[in-house]
Amino acid sequence: MALDTVTTATQNPDTKQPFAELGLKEDEYARIKTILGRRPTSSELAMYSVMWSEHCSYKSSKIHLKQFGEKAVKSDALLVGIGENAGVVDIGQNYAITFKIESHNHPSFIEPYQGAATGVGGIVRDILTMGARPIAVMDPLRFGLADAPDTRRLLPGIVAGIGGYGNCLGLPNIGGEIVFDETYAGNPLVNALCVGVMKHEDIKLATAHGTGNLVVLFGAKTGGDGIGGVSVLASETFSDAKPTKRPAVQVGDPFAEKVLIECCLEIFKADLVIGIQDLGGAGLSCATSELASAGSGGMQINLEKVPLRDPSLSPEEILMSESQERMCAIVAPEKIKTFMAICKKWDVTATVIGEVTDGERLHITFNGELIVDVPPRTVAHDGPVYNRPIKKPDYIDQLTKSKFEVPLPTAPDEVKAAILKLIASPNIADKSWVTSQYDKYVQGNTVLAQPEDSGLIRIDEQTHLGVAVSTDANARWSYLDPYEGAKLALAESCRNIATTGAKPLAVTNCLNFGSPEDPGVMWQFAETVRGLADAALELGLPITGGNVSFYNQTGAVAILPTPVIGVLGVIQDVRKRTPMGIPAAGLDLYLIGKYNGNLSGSEWAYLHGEIGNASPVADLEMEKRLVNFLLDGQPIFESAHDVSNGGLAATIVESVLKNKIGARIELNDVANALFSETPGRVLVSIKDSATNEIVNLAGKYQIPIYKIGTTGGTDLEINLAVISIEELSKAHTETFPKLFG
Amino acid sequence: MSFRIGVVTFPGSLDDRDAARAVEMAGGIAVPLFHASDDLKEVQAVVLPGGFSYGDYLRCGAIARFAPIMNSIVTAADHGFPVLGICNGFQVLCESHLLPGALTRNSNLHFLCRDQKLKIENTNTMWTTGFKQDQEILIPLKNGEGSFQCDDETLNMLESEGRVIARYVDFDPNGSRNLIAGISNERGNIVGLMPHPEHAIESLTGPSTDGLTFFTSVLHQLVGR
Repeated sequence: MALDTVTTATQNPDTKQPFAELGLKEDEYARIKTILGRRPTSSELAMYSVMWSEHCSYKSSKIHLKQFGEKAVKSDALLVGIGENAGVVDIGQNYAITFKIESHNHPSFIEPYQGAATGVGGIVRDILTMGARPIAVMDPLRFGLADAPDTRRLLPGIVAGIGGYGNCLGLPNIGGEIVFDETYAGNPLVNALCVGVMKHEDIKLATAHGTGNLVVLFGAKTGGDGIGGVSVLASETFSDAKPTKRPAVQVGDPFAEKVLIECCLEIFKADLVIGIQDLGGAGLSCATSELASAGSGGMQINLEKVPLRDPSLSPEEILMSESQERMCAIVAPEKIKTFMAICKKWDVTATVIGEVTDGERLHITFNGELIVDVPPRTVAHDGPVYNRPIKKPDYIDQLTKSKFEVPLPTAPDEVKAAILKLIASPNIADKSWVTSQYDKYVQGNTVLAQPEDSGLIRIDEQTHLGVAVSTDANARWSYLDPYEGAKLALAESCRNIATTGAKPLAVTNCLNFGSPEDPGVMWQFAETVRGLADAALELGLPITGGNVSFYNQTGAVAILPTPVIGVLGVIQDVRKRTPMGIPAAGLDLYLIGKYNGNLSGSEWAYLHGEIGNASPVADLEMEKRLVNFLLDGQPIFESAHDVSNGGLAATIVESVLKNKIGARIELNDVANALFSETPGRVLVSIKDSATNEIVNLAGKYQIPIYKIGTTGGTDLEINLAVISIEELSKAHTETFPKLFG
Repeated sequence: MSFRIGVVTFPGSLDDRDAARAVEMAGGIAVPLFHASDDLKEVQAVVLPGGFSYGDYLRCGAIARFAPIMNSIVTAADHGFPVLGICNGFQVLCESHLLPGALTRNSNLHFLCRDQKLKIENTNTMWTTGFKQDQEILIPLKNGEGSFQCDDETLNMLESEGRVIARYVDFDPNGSRNLIAGISNERGNIVGLMPHPEHAIESLTGPSTDGLTFFTSVLHQLVGR
């Protein structure tokens, strides 16, 4: 095919172009023509189509996400906010932390191993791009029913992909979630979070300025993998009618990324870059247009200089390729020699592909012929914005009016059977089958990792400063009430941070939803964003960034609305963290926080095929007091564990099983007390000598506390029900190996 | 006096900074060594750390053995220079023929990260003198290719010469022959160990502090020289 140059495009305005196949709507195509004053060249069309896709442009979500900025609290801790590759937070002692979650849902459904692996790779490059050394990853996952054949295909592949990539990068995997629900069949969620650390002065931004400065592409060579991958895959609903998109999934090379990390960190240390951007979704189209539009605007790229793995690639394909493990840096000419020497040291291919120019246009030539001539902002930021129709779905009112009942155990042997059933259910069962495939030790700074309430990483070996990270979502509550669901997820994540002894500092999110073209889904999304923005404001926490994944839907069935909320916390002395496991016999067990016995949205209800009729209402004023109670009381807590999925029953069993130390517990209204998931509660153990202190703290923060038992022995006794630790352990740990081999 | 212990970084090494921390915590001076140079920088012992050198492409350790630094290490090791290979480092030692046998895919085909109990069976090597005979220790194990394999003749030799320095206890993590977790050469200066002692040096971040003894052992041995 002949090269479609700017001249050709001007001379042949009526050439038919495949804009619809590239995912552009007719009016979007018309808009491109208006911007350019002519039809786009095929290369320009490729760039606009990937950059204006839902995944890259946030065209359906933008209008709602504005609230995160508008409602934001003023926070001195926020060094870099929404809009850059990742937000950056000040944690004191001149350290800055950057963290972010992204989805890689659609590629992971098609090719579980590579989809999940490159999900890790992509988020790690986002963190690296900020100038930070990546220090930990976490992976919140959602699947269809645990015993469904497709889950047995997806889960082992996705877990192996996360491990295969993350382990090879030397990043400890410190947490995450695994949840099963039939709505995720065909639409598994693979969210990946990465945390990085740097000194304040090391923060890097994605910007290109200074005429004559060089544009350097470095890392892996460009191949045909992932052409239109993220951007097209993540922007369409799966349906049986269309041809397979298998070739659009990227293939990862973690070794290339590992040397790229070390190479970049050495380059940063020598202060050799003016701006830097990783190549992820939309590849070079994204990197060049974003770098240029964040700077003065002018850039000249010689596309034939891009090193290729497959020499037959056309310019359009080079621009769209989502080959992994690539970075693009802006380097001053006097520093290029040192830059290249460091790349050579790490055997990283680096090529000058262009330069920053005067003017405000991005010019891309291929062997001297001009094939792209665009204002870069129109590609990167001026994509379409949709205010999509919103309608409260009918199911909400139907559920609200409905009554639901689930069987509740009363006799001791019924209570015992119920507990064993709950802790063996896939959502509550021990996840070691998964987490043992992840390296949690590498880097030597992991203080707490899954199944603890939050992952905790030491930042400074001398001062003992550390950070905690937790991710949470309760999609069933979000389904019942997306506004409250989002608030509750943020509250839970903060509680998890405080439970381990850290102070919540900043919020990130990954919002996973069905099709935005469905008004009901769009309503769920709008309510979620409103809830999250309100909750962050009320809790006084900045939202540092986030990610939206739409089109998690097969046919008419959308996934449960799943806002995964990540919270970062800081702990001044990691040696003082509070673990979840009961550490010794002879301690008193206290339940902190009040329960209301509502089983709506609970795991117990789910086990009986019920979702309930109403979400709990978040009491953020109380949650704030609870966080302060936990932080203040930290010195007297021997252990602390949040009550969430699976209710108090799951919390008690997990606390007992961690160090295999039993407990004797007395509860009124035993079934509701055990299985209700009323938010805002924590189980703590303290020494008898600390009784006065806990009572005083409860008074100070107006948090109800209940002494429910004592620790010790080789059994868990709840009223008259007696279960040996052996029985508990067997029930809890057998499920995953049985399901997945 | 303090001794200088080198820690080699290959492209893809991951636990190099952890090994250096362990050396320092044991009282030594950790000296970074880079694969591309053959300069041992006057170190008195060397640690080949864990990781995925060269992405484990071809075979684990198969490319790393050709690194310039390995030429110097092989020559020095032949003269009694102490070398500890941990995980990927063990694989590099086998590929370099400094130790016999090979590490293959775990028997259940999964990467496995767990706190693993070991029994120390030879306390006469440069790296294990600080342990008591048959002492049980708990240190992290984390690998995908940790199954030690060799022919019967080699196995008999290792067993009869007491060169199995550590064995897995209570749980078989990977299908290694005779539950072998680590071996040494005849002279006892070269040790390969699949689990990670450098991740068990502080109770804050590891399951125990048992791992530190590998590093204090070699420092004591160097004093005695």
